[in-house]
Amino acid sequence: MYDVIVAGAGVIGGMLARELTRYRLSVCLLERENDVACGATKANSGIVHGGYDPEPGTLKAKMNADGVEKLFATAAELHVPASRCGSMVVAFSAEEDKTVKALFARGQANGIGGLSVLSGDEARALEPALSPAVTSALLVPNAGVVCPYQLTIAAVGNAMDNGAELKLNFEIVAVTREADGFTVTAADGQTVRGRYLVNCAGGHADAVAAMAGDGFFTLIPRAGEYMLLDRAEGERVRHTVFQVPTKEGKGVLVTPTADGNLLVGPTATRVESAESTETTPAGLETVARLAAKSVPTVNFRQVITSFSGVRASVAGGDFIIEPSKKVSGLLHVAAIDSPGLTSCVSIAEYAVTLLRGMGLATEKDPAFNGERADTHAFRRMNDAERDAFIKEHPDYGKIVCRCETVTEGEIRDALRRNPPAADIDGVKRRTRAGMGRCQGGFCMPYVMRLISEEKQIAMTDVTKNGGGSKQLKGRI
Amino acid sequence: MKYHDIVIVGGGPAGMAAAVAAFDAGVTDVAILDREEKLGGILKQCIHNGFGLHKLGRELTGPEYADVYRAEVEKRGIAVYTNTMVTAVSPERVVTAQNRSGVLTLSAGAVVLAMGCRERSRGALNISGTRPAGVYSAGTAQKLMNCEGYRVGERVVILGSGDIGLIMARRLSLEGAKVEAVCEIMPYSGGLIRNIVQCLEDFGIPLYLSHTVAEIHGRRRVEGVTIAEVDDKRRVIEATKRYVPCDTLLLSCGLIPENELTRAAGIPMDPVTGGALVDEHRQTAVPGIFACGNVLQVHDLVDYVSDEAEIAGAGAAAFVRNKAENRAAVTTKAGNGVRYVLPQQVRADGGEDVSLFLRVVRPFGKVRYTVSDGERVLATANRLKAAPGEMEKITVSRDKWQNVTGPVTVSLEELA
Repeated sequence: MYDVIVAGAGVIGGMLARELTRYRLSVCLLERENDVACGATKANSGIVHGGYDPEPGTLKAKMNADGVEKLFATAAELHVPASRCGSMVVAFSAEEDKTVKALFARGQANGIGGLSVLSGDEARALEPALSPAVTSALLVPNAGVVCPYQLTIAAVGNAMDNGAELKLNFEIVAVTREADGFTVTAADGQTVRGRYLVNCAGGHADAVAAMAGDGFFTLIPRAGEYMLLDRAEGERVRHTVFQVPTKEGKGVLVTPTADGNLLVGPTATRVESAESTETTPAGLETVARLAAKSVPTVNFRQVITSFSGVRASVAGGDFIIEPSKKVSGLLHVAAIDSPGLTSCVSIAEYAVTLLRGMGLATEKDPAFNGERADTHAFRRMNDAERDAFIKEHPDYGKIVCRCETVTEGEIRDALRRNPPAADIDGVKRRTRAGMGRCQGGFCMPYVMRLISEEKQIAMTDVTKNGGGSKQLKGRI
Repeated sequence: MKYHDIVIVGGGPAGMAAAVAAFDAGVTDVAILDREEKLGGILKQCIHNGFGLHKLGRELTGPEYADVYRAEVEKRGIAVYTNTMVTAVSPERVVTAQNRSGVLTLSAGAVVLAMGCRERSRGALNISGTRPAGVYSAGTAQKLMNCEGYRVGERVVILGSGDIGLIMARRLSLEGAKVEAVCEIMPYSGGLIRNIVQCLEDFGIPLYLSHTVAEIHGRRRVEGVTIAEVDDKRRVIEATKRYVPCDTLLLSCGLIPENELTRAAGIPMDPVTGGALVDEHRQTAVPGIFACGNVLQVHDLVDYVSDEAEIAGAGAAAFVRNKAENRAAVTTKAGNGVRYVLPQQVRADGGEDVSLFLRVVRPFGKVRYTVSDGERVLATANRLKAAPGEMEKITVSRDKWQNVTGPVTVSLEELA
């Protein structure tokens, strides 16, 4: 019997699991996929939002305002790539200039410091690639970017290092409330028992709520399509460039990523389910067209991949972070769409406060260590440091992924360190092997061999992302 | 810092031939750096035959062709650093690399870049749909089959009719897979005619020209693809979309010279070839740094890679022995019907014959090529046909180069 079961290992569940390990609690994190960060967490803009956007008084406004500094601090503690590059919201007409001013006012109401309204020329002076058609811009200096899946991997890893348990491929099919707690049953029949259950199930949170007997909300899945461009385009802009929301939608952003690429997107299309993550010709065309509106010089010949993520929103628009009114011991942390990533640390802290209110005893664990070793230390070394390190650890001398310069040592580390990668995509998210311009064309066979070795499985059982995603069909 | 007269980056066919040529030109302190365990590059996975007909006068497989050159490298005692990946080349010819022993810094009298190329990925093609297992670039599938011994798929669609795609269509068929279709977005194939006959027609595999893969389906593993005809602007014609069930999609949609080191060294590039701008010795605009093989321009045949590498190797040797090269250069230009001409600069002043290599913009019937400096015709050549997939070579004899000062243009006219 665990003290707390956290359902869902996205950025929210992962950060909450880590937050819970600060206390003398047994924590079990359940995830339906073969890795953490596999839902909306792995496919979003990776933006740390300034906090000017949410309606004042909402949970979103509160969590966003409180979350920015906490997120940057946590990213630093976990050695996750993040950068406070600042953002801009650009307008293209007198009408949109008014919206920029309204966003400035809303930012003031939300208590966001440092905002200013720039003229088109002032904006272009800061960001020369901006379109000549830009008429004004809101400058948001506290905003930035973070790598959302690396943040989650690091948070879960740190939680595990502090005693939390992670169960992958645990697809919840039943939740039973008993006298002393919950029994959660997976598709394959295994069960986990816990005194408290926190529903952080992302795109499946409404289903989990219903299984627990409290299905009071319905998520509206909306897909956002993106294109990721080569590092050669990574300095096209320095800030995250948003567009003023229009009738056509929220507009697309053009942003450097925490890893030095350029990201453009997203669309916002109502789709069938949280699994509807296919890209569409129309979606990608829209992204390219709208991105070029803000930054006409984006070179789309440098696109290295495109992807789509499904956000879990609700009709009301605000986060649902509240104890169940029907089922005692159940806490919902649901409908976490934007600015969920920015808010994740604040949400985790708030969730712990709510659990305490629900009766959870929270005694600090003096053994808790919030630091996680820097998995990218090798990448940042100079030649002399590398030379010395390789002499101690020869596997770091062998470069496996040439596009992103990832070594065998880093890949083996990713296959061993909490939470250990189990498949090709898991290695990619942890090390960037296969994430560069050749998209794994050269390194995939070698990565597969390392997975096969480290996991003691046959090459033919190596998967792209678990389940039926085996790459090979057998021996010749 | 260790010094070598010539450091060669990459030990595939280009790197090996350049090393041998440099050695034979009298510079014996030559080193090859290669990231793999064994020299040979991509040839190691090309187990089909057809290599060496032009260069060696016999038909070999890829590994056999590589063995010929590897033996020549060994015979000369050329230094070889395997499992060693070059991470930087400076304009001052300092080469940084790393291997399991540590970080290596070498200074060089001359550097020859021979890193080869990579395949265009699914992302670069921007094919929409899901992102399941079973989408391979043709070369990755080739490596898994031929070097590792695995089957990659049972029902396969191939996008792109470049030579690797065609070779893989046959290879997959021989291993019992069903190749459902080869789609080519252009109205003609970019592959060699002999490969279309021997790899598709002989196996009854349909080739759909002006067709593309519009969408990929399947959540964990590919379950099918939507293929469609495209119009003359390569846009999908909606009404022609059809679903083809398959478990694997192979991409053979072009090769991209792998010039990250070149760009980082500040070497000026040709946007058309994707390689460095070079003179007739294959010297880049940075003195003492040469380039050859698929990192310079994508070749059809390895035989021609070896030829080009010999030019670069000899050029590097000459540079090491006598660094001054002060003759003014004339530029070359692609004229009517010609996509590019290489080398982009010629310094010859009548000392030697210089061959110009080029590709055409589309297929033609009978053509006549004319090389002209605007005033005089330097060379002409007639051909029965011309295709973008087949590199053309026109040699301008040494006497014609005298007194050429203006740009030299190669153009073609289609003959009736």
